[in-house]
Amino acid sequence: MLSKRIIPCLDVRDGRTTKGIKFLNNVDVGDPVEMARAYYEAGADELVFYDITASSDRRNIMIDVVRRTAAEIFIPFSVGGGIRTLEDMREVLLAGAEKVSVNTAAVLDPSLIAQGARAFGSQCIVLGMDVKKVEPTPAIPSGYEIVIHGGRTPMGIDALWWAQEAVRLGAGEICLNSIDADGTQAGYEITLTRMIAEAVPIPVIASGGAGKPEHLRQVLTEGHADAALIASMVHYGTYTIKAIKDYLHQHGISVRLYW
Amino acid sequence: MVVIIDYQAGNLTSVERALEALGVEAQVTAEPEVVARASRIVFPGVGAAGRAMHILRESRLDRALLQAFEKGVPILGICLGAQVILEHSEENQARCLGLLPGTTRALPLKPGLKIPHMGWNQVHFVREHPVFRGLPPGVEYYFVHSYYPHPAAADLVIGVTEHGVTFPSVVGRKNLVATQFHPEKSGRFGLKILENFLAWDGEYAE
Repeated sequence: MLSKRIIPCLDVRDGRTTKGIKFLNNVDVGDPVEMARAYYEAGADELVFYDITASSDRRNIMIDVVRRTAAEIFIPFSVGGGIRTLEDMREVLLAGAEKVSVNTAAVLDPSLIAQGARAFGSQCIVLGMDVKKVEPTPAIPSGYEIVIHGGRTPMGIDALWWAQEAVRLGAGEICLNSIDADGTQAGYEITLTRMIAEAVPIPVIASGGAGKPEHLRQVLTEGHADAALIASMVHYGTYTIKAIKDYLHQHGISVRLYW
Repeated sequence: MVVIIDYQAGNLTSVERALEALGVEAQVTAEPEVVARASRIVFPGVGAAGRAMHILRESRLDRALLQAFEKGVPILGICLGAQVILEHSEENQARCLGLLPGTTRALPLKPGLKIPHMGWNQVHFVREHPVFRGLPPGVEYYFVHSYYPHPAAADLVIGVTEHGVTFPSVVGRKNLVATQFHPEKSGRFGLKILENFLAWDGEYAE
Protein backbone atom coordinates (compact mmCIF):
# COMPACT_ATOMS: atom_id res chain seq x y z
CA MET A 1 0.00 0.00 0.00
CA LEU A 2 1.23 3.47 -0.89
CA SER A 3 2.46 5.37 2.16
CA LYS A 4 1.49 8.92 3.03
CA ARG A 5 4.49 11.22 2.59
CA ILE A 6 5.88 13.61 5.21
CA ILE A 7 7.70 16.51 3.50
CA PRO A 8 9.73 19.17 5.33
CA CYS A 9 9.87 22.52 3.55
CA LEU A 10 13.01 24.67 3.68
CA ASP A 11 12.81 28.36 2.84
CA VAL A 12 16.03 29.50 1.20
CA ARG A 13 17.19 33.10 0.82
CA ASP A 14 20.54 33.96 -0.77
CA GLY A 15 21.57 30.32 -0.45
CA ARG A 16 20.81 30.13 3.28
CA THR A 17 17.80 28.69 5.05
CA THR A 18 15.78 31.32 6.86
CA LYS A 19 14.79 29.11 9.81
CA GLY A 20 17.27 26.91 11.61
CA ILE A 21 16.55 23.41 12.84
CA LYS A 22 16.83 23.42 16.60
CA PHE A 23 17.18 19.72 17.24
CA LEU A 24 20.44 19.51 15.36
CA ASN A 25 23.35 20.90 17.31
CA ASN A 26 26.00 19.57 15.01
CA VAL A 27 24.96 21.17 11.73
CA ASP A 28 25.25 24.69 10.43
CA VAL A 29 21.60 25.61 10.76
CA GLY A 30 21.78 28.10 7.94
CA ASP A 31 23.12 25.72 5.31
CA PRO A 32 20.27 24.22 3.25
CA VAL A 33 22.43 21.32 2.07
CA GLU A 34 23.33 20.28 5.62
CA MET A 35 19.72 20.65 6.69
CA ALA A 36 18.53 18.59 3.74
CA ARG A 37 21.04 15.90 4.68
CA ALA A 38 19.83 15.99 8.31
CA TYR A 39 16.18 15.59 7.29
CA TYR A 40 17.11 12.83 4.84
CA GLU A 41 18.75 10.92 7.68
CA ALA A 42 15.86 11.71 10.04
CA GLY A 43 13.31 9.98 7.79
CA ALA A 44 11.85 12.68 5.53
CA ASP A 45 10.14 11.08 2.51
CA GLU A 46 10.82 14.02 0.24
CA LEU A 47 12.01 17.62 0.59
CA VAL A 48 10.84 20.96 -0.74
CA PHE A 49 13.14 23.94 -1.24
CA TYR A 50 11.34 27.23 -1.53
CA ASP A 51 13.59 29.95 -2.93
CA ILE A 52 12.73 33.42 -1.61
CA THR A 53 15.90 35.10 -2.88
CA ALA A 54 15.25 38.52 -4.37
CA SER A 55 18.67 39.32 -5.86
CA SER A 56 19.39 39.16 -9.57
CA ASP A 57 21.83 36.26 -9.40
CA ARG A 58 19.28 34.21 -7.45
CA ARG A 59 19.19 31.44 -10.02
CA ASN A 60 22.90 30.68 -9.82
CA ILE A 61 22.82 30.59 -6.03
CA MET A 62 19.90 28.17 -5.95
CA ILE A 63 21.35 25.95 -8.69
CA ASP A 64 24.47 25.55 -6.57
CA VAL A 65 22.33 24.50 -3.59
CA VAL A 66 20.43 21.99 -5.75
CA ARG A 67 23.62 20.54 -7.21
CA ARG A 68 25.24 20.06 -3.80
CA THR A 69 22.03 18.61 -2.33
CA ALA A 70 21.71 16.08 -5.16
CA ALA A 71 25.11 14.67 -4.23
CA GLU A 72 24.08 14.29 -0.59
CA ILE A 73 20.52 12.98 -0.43
CA PHE A 74 18.88 10.07 -2.20
CA ILE A 75 15.20 10.87 -1.86
CA PRO A 76 13.19 13.10 -4.21
CA PHE A 77 13.25 16.85 -3.72
CA SER A 78 11.54 19.72 -5.47
CA VAL A 79 12.38 23.36 -5.95
CA GLY A 80 9.87 26.20 -6.06
CA GLY A 81 9.93 29.96 -5.90
CA GLY A 82 10.65 32.15 -8.90
CA ILE A 83 10.38 29.43 -11.55
CA ARG A 84 9.14 31.50 -14.48
CA THR A 85 10.33 29.86 -17.69
CA LEU A 86 11.05 26.52 -19.28
CA GLU A 87 14.74 27.37 -18.98
CA ASP A 88 14.38 27.92 -15.20
CA MET A 89 12.83 24.46 -14.96
CA ARG A 90 15.52 22.84 -17.07
CA GLU A 91 18.35 24.27 -14.97
CA VAL A 92 16.84 23.09 -11.69
CA LEU A 93 16.08 19.59 -13.00
CA LEU A 94 19.49 19.14 -14.63
CA ALA A 95 21.13 20.20 -11.37
CA GLY A 96 19.48 17.18 -9.76
CA ALA A 97 16.04 18.16 -8.44
CA GLU A 98 13.29 15.61 -9.08
CA LYS A 99 10.49 18.13 -9.52
CA VAL A 100 9.89 21.84 -10.02
CA SER A 101 7.02 23.73 -8.51
CA VAL A 102 5.32 26.61 -10.33
CA ASN A 103 2.87 28.98 -8.71
CA THR A 104 2.53 32.68 -9.64
CA ALA A 105 4.08 32.26 -13.09
CA ALA A 106 1.61 29.47 -13.95
CA VAL A 107 -1.37 31.60 -12.91
CA LEU A 108 -0.11 34.43 -15.13
CA ASP A 109 0.71 32.05 -18.00
CA PRO A 110 -0.98 28.61 -17.65
CA SER A 111 0.80 27.33 -20.78
CA LEU A 112 3.94 27.09 -18.63
CA ILE A 113 2.46 23.92 -17.07
CA ALA A 114 1.82 22.35 -20.47
CA GLN A 115 5.27 23.35 -21.76
CA GLY A 116 6.95 21.88 -18.68
CA ALA A 117 4.96 18.65 -18.82
CA ARG A 118 5.75 18.22 -22.50
CA ALA A 119 9.45 18.89 -22.08
CA PHE A 120 10.15 17.01 -18.84
CA GLY A 121 7.10 14.83 -18.12
CA SER A 122 4.12 15.46 -15.87
CA GLN A 123 5.78 13.77 -12.92
CA CYS A 124 8.27 16.70 -12.73
CA ILE A 125 5.68 19.47 -12.67
CA VAL A 126 4.13 20.42 -9.36
CA LEU A 127 1.49 23.15 -9.29
CA GLY A 128 1.82 25.25 -6.15
CA MET A 129 -1.50 26.87 -5.25
CA ASP A 130 -1.96 29.62 -2.66
CA VAL A 131 -5.61 29.70 -1.70
CA LYS A 132 -7.76 32.00 0.43
CA LYS A 133 -11.29 31.40 1.73
CA VAL A 134 -13.84 33.94 0.42
CA GLU A 135 -17.62 34.34 0.15
CA PRO A 136 -18.79 32.17 -2.76
CA THR A 137 -19.68 34.24 -5.85
CA PRO A 138 -20.60 33.24 -9.42
CA ALA A 139 -16.94 33.73 -10.36
CA ILE A 140 -15.71 31.76 -7.33
CA PRO A 141 -18.40 29.15 -6.66
CA SER A 142 -16.22 26.96 -4.43
CA GLY A 143 -15.58 29.85 -2.02
CA TYR A 144 -11.82 29.44 -2.37
CA GLU A 145 -9.85 31.94 -4.39
CA ILE A 146 -6.39 31.79 -5.95
CA VAL A 147 -3.99 34.44 -4.63
CA ILE A 148 -0.46 35.13 -5.87
CA HIS A 149 2.67 37.01 -4.83
CA GLY A 150 2.78 35.09 -1.58
CA GLY A 151 -0.87 35.78 -0.79
CA ARG A 152 -0.97 39.51 -1.46
CA THR A 153 -2.80 39.56 -4.79
CA PRO A 154 -6.26 37.97 -5.19
CA MET A 155 -6.80 36.81 -8.76
CA GLY A 156 -10.58 36.27 -8.98
CA ILE A 157 -9.90 32.65 -9.99
CA ASP A 158 -11.72 29.73 -8.41
CA ALA A 159 -9.29 27.32 -6.70
CA LEU A 160 -11.27 24.20 -7.63
CA TRP A 161 -11.44 25.22 -11.28
CA TRP A 162 -7.72 26.05 -11.34
CA ALA A 163 -6.76 22.67 -9.84
CA GLN A 164 -8.73 20.83 -12.52
CA GLU A 165 -7.40 23.09 -15.25
CA ALA A 166 -3.82 22.38 -14.10
CA VAL A 167 -4.48 18.63 -14.36
CA ARG A 168 -5.78 19.13 -17.89
CA LEU A 169 -2.62 21.08 -18.75
CA GLY A 170 -0.42 18.27 -17.45
CA ALA A 171 0.52 19.00 -13.81
CA GLY A 172 1.62 15.80 -12.05
CA GLU A 173 0.98 16.89 -8.50
CA ILE A 174 -0.56 19.77 -6.53
CA CYS A 175 0.95 21.43 -3.48
CA LEU A 176 -2.04 23.13 -1.89
CA ASN A 177 -1.28 25.94 0.53
CA SER A 178 -3.96 27.61 2.62
CA ILE A 179 -3.04 31.25 3.17
CA ASP A 180 -5.52 31.39 6.07
CA ALA A 181 -3.93 28.46 7.89
CA ASP A 182 -0.31 29.22 6.95
CA GLY A 183 1.82 30.08 9.96
CA THR A 184 -0.98 29.55 12.50
CA GLN A 185 0.14 26.05 13.57
CA ALA A 186 -3.60 25.53 14.30
CA GLY A 187 -4.16 22.75 11.76
CA TYR A 188 -4.48 22.35 7.98
CA GLU A 189 -7.53 23.62 6.08
CA ILE A 190 -9.37 20.28 5.95
CA THR A 191 -12.41 21.35 3.90
CA LEU A 192 -10.28 22.90 1.17
CA THR A 193 -7.84 19.99 1.05
CA ARG A 194 -10.59 17.40 0.81
CA MET A 195 -12.41 19.34 -1.90
CA ILE A 196 -9.31 19.55 -4.12
CA ALA A 197 -7.99 16.04 -3.35
CA GLU A 198 -11.34 14.47 -4.27
CA ALA A 199 -11.64 16.51 -7.46
CA VAL A 200 -8.29 15.65 -9.07
CA PRO A 201 -6.77 12.29 -10.06
CA ILE A 202 -3.21 13.39 -9.17
CA PRO A 203 -1.58 13.45 -5.70
CA VAL A 204 -2.22 16.45 -3.44
CA ILE A 205 0.26 17.72 -0.83
CA ALA A 206 -1.43 19.65 1.98
CA SER A 207 0.40 22.76 3.17
CA GLY A 208 -0.12 25.43 5.81
CA GLY A 209 -1.11 25.12 9.44
CA ALA A 210 0.78 22.09 10.73
CA GLY A 211 1.47 22.43 14.45
CA LYS A 212 1.16 18.93 15.88
CA PRO A 213 0.96 15.31 14.67
CA GLU A 214 -2.81 15.30 15.16
CA HIS A 215 -3.05 17.90 12.36
CA LEU A 216 -1.27 15.57 9.97
CA ARG A 217 -3.55 12.70 10.97
CA GLN A 218 -6.59 14.87 10.18
CA VAL A 219 -5.42 16.09 6.80
CA LEU A 220 -4.22 12.63 5.69
CA THR A 221 -7.52 10.96 6.66
CA GLU A 222 -10.43 13.46 6.65
CA GLY A 223 -8.63 15.78 4.24
CA HIS A 224 -7.75 12.93 1.82
CA ALA A 225 -4.28 14.40 1.24
CA ASP A 226 -1.56 12.14 -0.16
CA ALA A 227 1.24 13.99 1.60
CA ALA A 228 1.72 16.68 4.22
CA LEU A 229 4.15 19.57 4.17
CA ILE A 230 5.67 20.55 7.52
CA ALA A 231 7.97 23.39 8.57
CA SER A 232 7.99 25.04 12.02
CA MET A 233 6.94 21.94 13.93
CA VAL A 234 10.17 20.20 12.96
CA HIS A 235 12.46 23.19 12.34
CA TYR A 236 12.08 24.37 15.94
CA GLY A 237 12.63 20.91 17.35
CA THR A 238 9.14 20.53 18.80
CA TYR A 239 8.77 17.19 16.99
CA THR A 240 11.02 14.81 15.12
CA ILE A 241 9.90 13.20 11.88
CA LYS A 242 10.15 9.85 13.62
CA ALA A 243 7.79 10.99 16.41
CA ILE A 244 5.28 12.22 13.81
CA LYS A 245 5.49 8.97 11.83
CA ASP A 246 5.18 6.81 14.96
CA TYR A 247 2.05 8.74 15.91
CA LEU A 248 0.53 8.34 12.43
CA HIS A 249 1.44 4.66 12.34
CA GLN A 250 -0.25 4.11 15.71
CA HIS A 251 -3.36 5.71 14.25
CA GLY A 252 -3.46 3.25 11.37
CA ILE A 253 -1.97 5.51 8.69
CA SER A 254 0.53 3.90 6.34
CA VAL A 255 3.88 5.73 6.55
CA ARG A 256 7.46 4.78 5.67
CA LEU A 257 9.04 3.48 8.89
CA TYR A 258 12.47 2.23 7.72
CA TRP A 259 15.15 4.54 6.42
CA MET B 1 33.22 0.78 -17.44
CA VAL B 2 29.71 1.43 -16.10
CA VAL B 3 27.51 3.08 -18.69
CA ILE B 4 24.26 5.00 -18.18
CA ILE B 5 22.19 5.03 -21.35
CA ASP B 6 20.96 8.47 -22.35
CA TYR B 7 18.02 8.28 -24.76
CA GLN B 8 16.50 11.69 -23.94
CA ALA B 9 14.08 10.07 -21.48
CA GLY B 10 14.21 12.32 -18.48
CA ASN B 11 16.82 13.30 -16.06
CA LEU B 12 19.83 11.08 -15.49
CA THR B 13 21.51 13.31 -12.91
CA SER B 14 20.15 11.45 -9.90
CA VAL B 15 21.33 8.04 -11.16
CA GLU B 16 24.76 9.50 -11.85
CA ARG B 17 24.95 11.09 -8.37
CA ALA B 18 23.88 7.88 -6.64
CA LEU B 19 26.59 5.89 -8.43
CA GLU B 20 29.11 8.61 -7.54
CA ALA B 21 28.12 8.24 -3.88
CA LEU B 22 29.09 4.56 -4.26
CA GLY B 23 32.47 5.56 -5.70
CA VAL B 24 31.70 4.84 -9.35
CA GLU B 25 32.19 7.37 -12.14
CA ALA B 26 29.71 6.18 -14.74
CA GLN B 27 29.78 7.29 -18.34
CA VAL B 28 26.53 8.78 -19.62
CA THR B 29 26.24 8.00 -23.31
CA ALA B 30 23.89 8.04 -26.28
CA GLU B 31 26.35 6.17 -28.53
CA PRO B 32 25.90 2.49 -29.39
CA GLU B 33 29.70 2.11 -29.77
CA VAL B 34 30.19 3.11 -26.14
CA VAL B 35 27.41 0.79 -25.00
CA ALA B 36 29.16 -2.04 -26.88
CA ARG B 37 32.26 -1.57 -24.69
CA ALA B 38 30.35 -1.36 -21.38
CA SER B 39 31.08 -3.84 -18.64
CA ARG B 40 27.84 -2.91 -16.90
CA ILE B 41 24.79 -0.95 -18.06
CA VAL B 42 22.22 1.17 -16.24
CA PHE B 43 19.14 1.79 -18.36
CA PRO B 44 16.99 4.43 -16.58
CA GLY B 45 14.34 6.79 -17.94
CA VAL B 46 10.97 8.41 -17.45
CA GLY B 47 8.50 9.42 -20.11
CA ALA B 48 6.39 7.79 -22.79
CA ALA B 49 7.20 4.40 -24.32
CA GLY B 50 6.42 5.44 -27.90
CA ARG B 51 8.86 8.33 -28.00
CA ALA B 52 11.49 6.36 -26.07
CA MET B 53 11.38 3.48 -28.55
CA HIS B 54 11.55 5.87 -31.48
CA ILE B 55 14.74 7.42 -30.10
CA LEU B 56 16.26 4.04 -29.18
CA ARG B 57 15.75 2.82 -32.77
CA GLU B 58 16.92 6.03 -34.45
CA SER B 59 20.12 6.01 -32.40
CA ARG B 60 20.60 2.22 -32.83
CA LEU B 61 20.81 1.92 -29.06
CA ASP B 62 18.14 -0.79 -29.34
CA ARG B 63 20.56 -3.15 -31.10
CA ALA B 64 23.42 -2.20 -28.78
CA LEU B 65 21.29 -3.14 -25.77
CA LEU B 66 20.21 -6.43 -27.33
CA GLN B 67 23.82 -7.34 -28.13
CA ALA B 68 24.97 -6.42 -24.62
CA PHE B 69 22.21 -8.58 -23.18
CA GLU B 70 23.21 -11.53 -25.37
CA LYS B 71 26.87 -11.08 -24.38
CA GLY B 72 25.93 -11.43 -20.71
CA VAL B 73 26.70 -7.83 -19.64
CA PRO B 74 24.81 -7.07 -16.38
CA ILE B 75 21.97 -4.63 -17.14
CA LEU B 76 19.80 -2.71 -14.67
CA GLY B 77 16.57 -1.21 -16.02
CA ILE B 78 14.87 1.51 -13.98
CA CYS B 79 11.28 2.81 -14.36
CA LEU B 80 10.73 3.33 -18.11
CA GLY B 81 13.82 1.15 -18.51
CA ALA B 82 11.88 -1.65 -16.77
CA GLN B 83 8.99 -1.23 -19.23
CA VAL B 84 10.50 -0.92 -22.70
CA ILE B 85 12.54 -4.11 -22.17
CA LEU B 86 9.35 -6.09 -22.75
CA GLU B 87 7.94 -6.89 -26.19
CA HIS B 88 5.11 -4.40 -26.25
CA SER B 89 3.63 -1.50 -24.26
CA GLU B 90 0.00 -0.46 -23.92
CA GLU B 91 1.36 3.09 -23.75
CA ASN B 92 1.24 4.44 -27.33
CA GLN B 93 0.79 0.76 -28.40
CA ALA B 94 4.56 0.74 -28.76
CA ARG B 95 6.58 -2.19 -30.04
CA CYS B 96 9.44 -2.49 -27.55
CA LEU B 97 12.86 -4.14 -27.14
CA GLY B 98 11.69 -7.67 -26.40
CA LEU B 99 14.49 -8.58 -23.98
CA LEU B 100 11.75 -10.05 -21.76
CA PRO B 101 8.63 -11.75 -23.13
CA GLY B 102 5.46 -9.89 -22.11
CA THR B 103 3.64 -6.58 -22.21
CA THR B 104 3.74 -3.28 -20.30
CA ARG B 105 0.28 -2.53 -18.98
CA ALA B 106 -1.52 0.55 -17.62
CA LEU B 107 -2.32 0.68 -13.91
CA PRO B 108 -6.11 0.35 -13.66
CA LEU B 109 -8.12 3.51 -12.89
CA LYS B 110 -10.17 3.02 -9.74
CA PRO B 111 -12.18 5.49 -7.68
CA GLY B 112 -10.08 7.04 -4.93
CA LEU B 113 -6.83 5.68 -6.35
CA LYS B 114 -4.28 8.23 -7.54
CA ILE B 115 -2.50 7.72 -10.86
CA PRO B 116 0.45 8.18 -11.29
CA HIS B 117 1.39 5.86 -8.47
CA MET B 118 3.70 8.37 -6.79
CA GLY B 119 5.50 7.84 -3.50
CA TRP B 120 6.86 5.12 -1.24
CA ASN B 121 5.59 1.57 -1.37
CA GLN B 122 6.73 -1.91 -0.36
CA VAL B 123 8.10 -4.61 -2.61
CA HIS B 124 7.28 -8.21 -1.75
CA PHE B 125 10.10 -10.34 -3.12
CA VAL B 126 8.78 -13.62 -4.51
CA ARG B 127 12.18 -14.88 -5.70
CA GLU B 128 15.73 -14.57 -4.41
CA HIS B 129 18.07 -12.50 -6.53
CA PRO B 130 21.68 -11.40 -5.85
CA VAL B 131 20.86 -7.74 -6.56
CA PHE B 132 18.25 -7.67 -3.77
CA ARG B 133 20.24 -9.39 -1.04
CA GLY B 134 20.49 -7.83 2.40
CA LEU B 135 17.29 -5.80 2.24
CA PRO B 136 15.12 -6.07 5.35
CA PRO B 137 11.42 -6.89 4.84
CA GLY B 138 9.00 -3.97 5.12
CA VAL B 139 11.35 -1.49 3.43
CA GLU B 140 9.73 0.93 0.97
CA TYR B 141 10.97 2.24 -2.36
CA TYR B 142 10.15 5.36 -4.36
CA PHE B 143 7.78 4.95 -7.31
CA VAL B 144 6.52 7.36 -9.99
CA HIS B 145 4.67 5.65 -12.84
CA SER B 146 1.36 4.92 -14.55
CA TYR B 147 2.38 1.69 -16.35
CA TYR B 148 4.04 -1.52 -15.13
CA PRO B 149 5.90 -4.46 -16.68
CA HIS B 150 3.88 -7.65 -17.01
CA PRO B 151 6.17 -10.50 -18.13
CA ALA B 152 4.61 -13.44 -19.93
CA ALA B 153 5.95 -16.00 -17.45
CA ALA B 154 5.58 -15.89 -13.66
CA ASP B 155 9.19 -16.98 -13.11
CA LEU B 156 10.39 -13.66 -14.61
CA VAL B 157 8.80 -11.81 -11.69
CA ILE B 158 11.17 -11.17 -8.77
CA GLY B 159 9.06 -8.78 -6.69
CA VAL B 160 5.52 -7.42 -6.59
CA THR B 161 3.84 -4.26 -5.25
CA GLU B 162 0.26 -3.32 -4.43
CA HIS B 163 -1.49 -0.24 -5.84
CA GLY B 164 -5.07 -1.03 -6.74
CA VAL B 165 -3.67 -4.16 -8.34
CA THR B 166 -0.75 -6.40 -7.39
CA PHE B 167 1.80 -5.69 -10.12
CA PRO B 168 5.35 -6.90 -10.89
CA SER B 169 7.72 -4.20 -9.58
CA VAL B 170 10.97 -6.15 -10.03
CA VAL B 171 11.50 -8.35 -13.08
CA GLY B 172 14.48 -10.09 -14.56
CA ARG B 173 15.97 -12.78 -16.70
CA LYS B 174 19.57 -13.96 -16.87
CA ASN B 175 21.89 -10.89 -16.74
CA LEU B 176 19.01 -8.40 -16.95
CA VAL B 177 17.22 -7.10 -13.87
CA ALA B 178 14.81 -4.18 -13.68
CA THR B 179 12.94 -2.19 -11.03
CA GLN B 180 9.79 -0.19 -11.61
CA PHE B 181 10.79 1.96 -8.61
CA HIS B 182 13.80 4.31 -8.45
CA PRO B 183 16.65 2.83 -6.37
CA GLU B 184 18.57 6.12 -6.83
CA LYS B 185 15.75 7.94 -4.97
CA SER B 186 14.98 5.23 -2.41
CA GLY B 187 17.34 6.23 0.38
CA ARG B 188 20.05 3.94 1.74
CA PHE B 189 18.19 0.75 0.83
CA GLY B 190 18.00 1.95 -2.77
CA LEU B 191 21.74 2.64 -2.69
CA LYS B 192 22.21 -0.90 -1.36
CA ILE B 193 20.48 -2.24 -4.48
CA LEU B 194 22.79 -0.19 -6.72
CA GLU B 195 25.79 -1.38 -4.73
CA ASN B 196 24.67 -5.00 -5.15
CA PHE B 197 24.19 -4.43 -8.87
CA LEU B 198 27.71 -3.00 -9.19
CA ALA B 199 29.06 -6.20 -7.62
CA TRP B 200 26.80 -8.61 -9.55
CA ASP B 201 28.42 -10.95 -12.10
CA GLY B 202 25.17 -11.26 -14.07
CA GLU B 203 24.53 -14.82 -12.96
CA TYR B 204 20.94 -15.61 -12.06
CA ALA B 205 19.17 -18.92 -12.43
CA GLU B 206 15.42 -18.39 -12.79
